[in-house]
Amino acid sequence: MISFLQLVVTGFGLGMVYALIAIGFVIILKCSKAFNIAQGQFVMIGGYLGFTFLVTFHLPVWASLIAAVAVAIVMGLLIERLTLRPLVGQSVLAIIMMTIALGTVLDGIATLVWGGEYKAYHGVLPTMTLKVGELSVPPDTLIGIIVSIIVVAILMILFRYTKTGLAMRATAEDEQVVQSAGIKVTTIYAISWVIACVVGVISGILLGSVSGVSTALEEAGMRAFAVVLLGGIDSIGGAIIAGITLGILENVSVRYLDPLLPSGGGLANVFPFIVIIIVLIFKPHGLFGLARIERI
Amino acid sequence: MSLPSGVFQESYGQDMAIFRTRTHWILLLAFLALLFTMPVYFSDRMLTILTIMGITIISVLGLQILTGYCGQISIGHAGFMAVGGYVSAVLTAKLGWPFWVALPSAGLGAGIVGIIFGLPSLKIKGFYLIMATVAAHFIIIWVILQLYGITGGADGLSVPRPEIGGLVIKSKASYFYLVMIITCLAIYLAKNITRTRAGRAFVAIRDNDLAAEVMGVNLWIYKLTAFFIGCVFAGVAGALLAHYYAFISTDSFPFMNSVWYLGMLIVGGMGSIAGVIFGTVFLKLLDELVTIFGPTLAVIFPAIAAQAAASLGLIMRGLVIIIFLIFEPRGLAHRWELIKSYYRRGPLSY
Repeated sequence: MISFLQLVVTGFGLGMVYALIAIGFVIILKCSKAFNIAQGQFVMIGGYLGFTFLVTFHLPVWASLIAAVAVAIVMGLLIERLTLRPLVGQSVLAIIMMTIALGTVLDGIATLVWGGEYKAYHGVLPTMTLKVGELSVPPDTLIGIIVSIIVVAILMILFRYTKTGLAMRATAEDEQVVQSAGIKVTTIYAISWVIACVVGVISGILLGSVSGVSTALEEAGMRAFAVVLLGGIDSIGGAIIAGITLGILENVSVRYLDPLLPSGGGLANVFPFIVIIIVLIFKPHGLFGLARIERI
Repeated sequence: MSLPSGVFQESYGQDMAIFRTRTHWILLLAFLALLFTMPVYFSDRMLTILTIMGITIISVLGLQILTGYCGQISIGHAGFMAVGGYVSAVLTAKLGWPFWVALPSAGLGAGIVGIIFGLPSLKIKGFYLIMATVAAHFIIIWVILQLYGITGGADGLSVPRPEIGGLVIKSKASYFYLVMIITCLAIYLAKNITRTRAGRAFVAIRDNDLAAEVMGVNLWIYKLTAFFIGCVFAGVAGALLAHYYAFISTDSFPFMNSVWYLGMLIVGGMGSIAGVIFGTVFLKLLDELVTIFGPTLAVIFPAIAAQAAASLGLIMRGLVIIIFLIFEPRGLAHRWELIKSYYRRGPLSY
């Protein structure tokens, strides 16, 4: 029973990070109607940035975080201006292909700069352990949970109480009305990409500090898609709930189902895809998504 | 118009013909003659490149029908190729079926799996469908790995050389002939599929599925037909690939291949059979350029020598797709049409 609860707790931490990645995706989708397949690559770049600043440059944690966020902001602005701006109004396929191509370019850059190798930086982030009875929360899980909650809170405040946040929510609602109200939609697009990049980079550092970083880290993006689809593609709250659910489910099912499978399992790799297929067949709009009705 | 001036159609047959003028026929025959004498003056390495190109063209033709014509975007095409490859491999290696029976069976097997994963397309489209096909790819590969007893799992499976009527296809040149014949047939078939009732229905679904349904196009049947046809092409291509390497493992069908196939469609042009050929040849040649110039670059910049080739390949291909999306979203096929009409109208364009 304790081992089960332990799995639930670590799954919760993992799920919070997945939710964080998924939020980046949802923000871009809501504001600029673009499906960002490259979100996983943002995470990978984040992991490598964390390695560079924390290990190679020996910066303190707060300085590395600021530096990584600064890089993420520049990256977001460049990506939006150079690749997505020319495609405003194009078909879904064009935008998706653009983000996929962007993802491969980022992959290539990561391979070029960091060699695409496995880099580990365990124990660089501050450690604290929490013990509740016999249940212990591992330090990296705890950090993941705390940072995720802080980031989500900041985003909530941004959306609820600032003018930019209001403009972003309005853009998600109706672009033309927003434009006629004197808000520059392209700026909103740029801000949404910047937020997605920053959130992706932060979750990359979190994931990297748990399991090390390699180009395989971008598969976290795939898990984020499962989260997004389960939670409803345009719902930030849904993304958080679905992220936690999926993190816990993944941990538990991998632990109990893997030994039953013929060739040693590997269920963790396909788990998100099985979720995706099930969700798409039975509830295409997810748990909290808005079902769209189409008319000619 | 797509015809030179002074050419008039006098019957429906002429109007429907793919090759209409004497020049068309001469160019076609010259091209075929050139293609089928290539083993005489090309090295084995060139033949390998061309054979792989041919196999890729077959697969991308399927994707063109599914995505370019029917609008059902699929990023799981390599997974369907894997199904075809494994069906043919298991049938020939384990059950001893002849190659000419195993090849159509591979197409059929992939087509049926395609229908199964096409089922969600009835309810969803756009991004949702893309995620479903991505999931299809990973689930297919995972199932193949789990079926250890049949497929050999991660160890792979060796596949016998194809044998047709006692003739064992062993050398590069003979396999080149086999692939090129099938490729030409596949191109001809695909071109004609797009002109049938089903092909027109696909285009209607792509342009506006609700309007198509109102017009009487049965979405249920035609979407699944598109998945079936697209995956049959993929299955045949996968089988050819397996027999070419005489070995099959899941590593032959990486996920990124599915992405590059879509990239080939973007570069070549959506909704055009000629675009498939342009796109495939263009991206494959780019790969070869990277293979050739990668080492040179490593000599110039020793600091990045180890990863130069790998990263250069990724960056180049990504950039090519980005550039095409921004500057020529209709692809090389559109450019080719422009050149043709310029040539036909020149010097007095109106």
